[in-house]
Amino acid sequence: MENLQLVLPEIFLSLSIMFLLILGVFKKNSARIVQSLSLVVLIVTAVITFNETIGISEIKLFNNSIIIDYLSSLMKIITLLAAFLVLNISSNYLKTFQIFKIEYPILILSSVLGMMVMINSNDLIVFYMGLELQSLALYVLATFNRDQIKSSEAGLKYFVLSALSSGLLLYGCSLIYGFTGSTNFNVIASQLNSDEYALTFGIVFILVGLAFKISAVPFHMWAPDVYEGSPTSVTLFFTMVPKIAALTVFIRFLYVPFLNLIDQWQMILIFLSIASMLFGAIAAIGQTNLKRLVAYSSIGHVGYALAGVAAGTNDGVQSSVIYITIYVLMNLGLFSCLLMLKRDNQYFEKIEDLSGLSKNHPMLSLSLLIILFSLAGIPPLAGFFAKFYVFKAVIEQSMYFLAIVGLLSTVVAAFYYLRLIKIMYFDEQKEKYDTDHSFWLKFSLTASTLLILIYFIFPSQLIEMVSRINLIQ
Amino acid sequence: MTNFPILSLLILLPSIGALFLFFTKSSQNNITTKYVALFTSVVTFLISIYLWIFFDQSTSEFQFVEERIWIENLINYKVGVDGISILFILLTTFITPLCIISVNNSIKERLSEFLIAVLIMESFMIGVFCSLDLVVFYLFFEAGLIPMFLIIGIWGGARRVYSAFKFFLYTLLGSVLMLVAIITIYWLNGTTDFIELYNSGIDTKYQNLLWLAFFSSFAVKTPMWPVHTWLPDAHVEAPTAGSVLLAAILLKMAGYGFIRFSLGLFPAASEIFTPLIYTLSVIAIIFTSFIALMQEDMKKLIAYSSVAHMGYVTLGIFTIQQQGIEGSIIQMISHGLVSAALFLCVGVVYDRMHSRLINTYGGIVNIIPKYSILFMLFTLAALGLPGTSGFVGEFLILMGAFKDNFLVAVIASLGVIIGAAYMLWLYKRVVFGKLINTDLKQMFDLNRSELFILSCLAVPTLFFGFYPDPLINTIEVSISDLIDQYNFKLASKI
Repeated sequence: MENLQLVLPEIFLSLSIMFLLILGVFKKNSARIVQSLSLVVLIVTAVITFNETIGISEIKLFNNSIIIDYLSSLMKIITLLAAFLVLNISSNYLKTFQIFKIEYPILILSSVLGMMVMINSNDLIVFYMGLELQSLALYVLATFNRDQIKSSEAGLKYFVLSALSSGLLLYGCSLIYGFTGSTNFNVIASQLNSDEYALTFGIVFILVGLAFKISAVPFHMWAPDVYEGSPTSVTLFFTMVPKIAALTVFIRFLYVPFLNLIDQWQMILIFLSIASMLFGAIAAIGQTNLKRLVAYSSIGHVGYALAGVAAGTNDGVQSSVIYITIYVLMNLGLFSCLLMLKRDNQYFEKIEDLSGLSKNHPMLSLSLLIILFSLAGIPPLAGFFAKFYVFKAVIEQSMYFLAIVGLLSTVVAAFYYLRLIKIMYFDEQKEKYDTDHSFWLKFSLTASTLLILIYFIFPSQLIEMVSRINLIQ
Repeated sequence: MTNFPILSLLILLPSIGALFLFFTKSSQNNITTKYVALFTSVVTFLISIYLWIFFDQSTSEFQFVEERIWIENLINYKVGVDGISILFILLTTFITPLCIISVNNSIKERLSEFLIAVLIMESFMIGVFCSLDLVVFYLFFEAGLIPMFLIIGIWGGARRVYSAFKFFLYTLLGSVLMLVAIITIYWLNGTTDFIELYNSGIDTKYQNLLWLAFFSSFAVKTPMWPVHTWLPDAHVEAPTAGSVLLAAILLKMAGYGFIRFSLGLFPAASEIFTPLIYTLSVIAIIFTSFIALMQEDMKKLIAYSSVAHMGYVTLGIFTIQQQGIEGSIIQMISHGLVSAALFLCVGVVYDRMHSRLINTYGGIVNIIPKYSILFMLFTLAALGLPGTSGFVGEFLILMGAFKDNFLVAVIASLGVIIGAAYMLWLYKRVVFGKLINTDLKQMFDLNRSELFILSCLAVPTLFFGFYPDPLINTIEVSISDLIDQYNFKLASKI
């Protein structure tokens, strides 16, 4: 019984999903109720996770296939809170397109459940199960606005490419199983024999699959199309929540079973990181659609998060977790702004739609200004500290090349963020947008902007929060 | 009073004023807005005067030091002033109120946003000059980009977007390498606290690369030839108050950085790279002076003359002579006053005629005599006439240079002649000559606020020209200690 208590969040979440599904099917017009209940479920799950597991340093369950430690509890809570906010601010958007249905919150809950399983996993099979659960839910979410061709296209593209990458990942798992005789992370770690080249292949295949999920270059091709085609609220979900889970798995996978093979995977990660940072920065320059631009910018940001993982130290992991947390916060603000660009029941997502925003909507454009400067990594905003911690960890390992390339690509990236600011502040004004936004939209924008702005006053809290993540003993 | 956090107050006060403006913005009352901003900046100035009075000139120790834990086990927020930095703080707090008064005529729209940007800028600039931790320094150094970018971009001239981008990206590119260097220093020495680093020294093995990384940032900001090209663009397009802030204070951050960090932390590397600095400085002095000679746009001419003047500054710093460094600091202060005044002078005629081209003007001496007199004073100060602060600086720098390297000093002295040529020629073409453009007859002379601003700048220019002792006394001990430490570290190879 003791064991079950520790996985109570997952059990509660899965039971709630089933209940909500039945409720939605049998009760007519229950979209609103299901939505509200889903929000409650997310919060309750977060509270249970916090209460039951946050204090645990490390416990393994179910024949060591599930691990509950501080890293997993923290990441689960971040995932749940992010999902909560996404669900909250997306309702108006969905109503506008008349796709406010019960499936939406249930799919989000299912993918969150999948992510929680991923985050908990200490075994290749459990990890794969979680991954597929979240992916399947995400495919459907991408096509959620099914009357629009672009949305269907996005879902199909995502499905086909993602299935391919899952196949590669599974092949990697089977190679590793073949050469170590187990799927359990700890057993793999003890059975490692670095002379086996096939084992390295296994790692490479799994990394390819994971890099796809986190949209790191060169496995990023799907991201811009899917981000552009999906409904904006789903894009918001894509850019934030799955990345948290995928990053956790990245960390766990590399640091638990394969820490001794660091020489083999470090180069791969450095490559992924540099390629993502540079490509994300350069490719975003030519974009005219805000959602595509965000896609490229998120590719770049993933590169920075991976740079921390590549360092191969506890500091690196901690910086990476800080990075993804701050990134989630900034993206939340950015998308809240995007969702506010609405006029006559129509949402605007072209770059030129921002033109002259500062004259019509001074507060909105000021928030966006702060968020964009923070994304560009300009001090004293939170984005700067995120980058600072990552590069601190990277330079500690004397990886100067990675650090210098990373910082130079922030300069390139600054260009397109500045371009948005230029359009908002220096260009001619256009028609006004609606101002009657929902409470949660305003709340998430205000809260994220303020947190980004005043982060420099309390920088220690976040560091303290992650300081208990010590995967390397 | 020793425990009172006076420096933090100085840093915070303008920001508090900005916050206040931000929340009272809706009233749309421009006069109130301006008075609030002015009041804030004047109070800041008075506090900095107080700081100067209570500043102990007989020691090179950092004073008014405050230290707080900021990021646990990593970085402490630490500020303090010594003889070198206090003058720059005074310059900043002195120039900002004048900028705020000057917006009367030039900024027509979004006044309160403009004043917010200026005040926040002031906070960051003061922060740069009193931070005693490398990360805190970097934070302030970079943060200044945001308000300046907006000042140029929103209130600038026709090509403002191009200039704002160029300014931002150039400076950011220079600075990111400095961030790498700062983090490297942290891993080498386990701290970024300047005083500890200064006392313990940095391993000579790494100094060259670290020096170059800091140099890349400071060289762009100074700006040194050949990375100076952003400056003329930024100056030409920025509104008058923006140009003044840029020329008077922002450029000084780099000169300050050279003295404080390049000399203080990397003596071995500074010794190695001195020829590089000499070469670039001499090229800047001669080359950009010639470019200035050929300019048609008054603001561009002054911008190029700034590059040349900063060439003297970098030359003086790396002579590592008492006179040279003292001269550099006085030159920076003087240039801060004089270039600010010259940009304001251009602003005055621009507000009336909406042209910055030299050939628009000519023969205005009889129409606006008061303006012509003050403009002449600043022209002469810019070319370093004895009796103005410009002379003191240039003279000391050249004296230091002659001690260190005869050839460089001779070439640099020739630059003074070209400097005189372009400034006097500018003055002649604008003020004297025949009145051809009849539109100029409509011009009215300086109004009260303009007269006040320019006189405020003229008084210290003349005063320090005749009697530079207050400045020299303030910096003397700190500099001689810096040089002693420098030579000591060089001799003992740390």
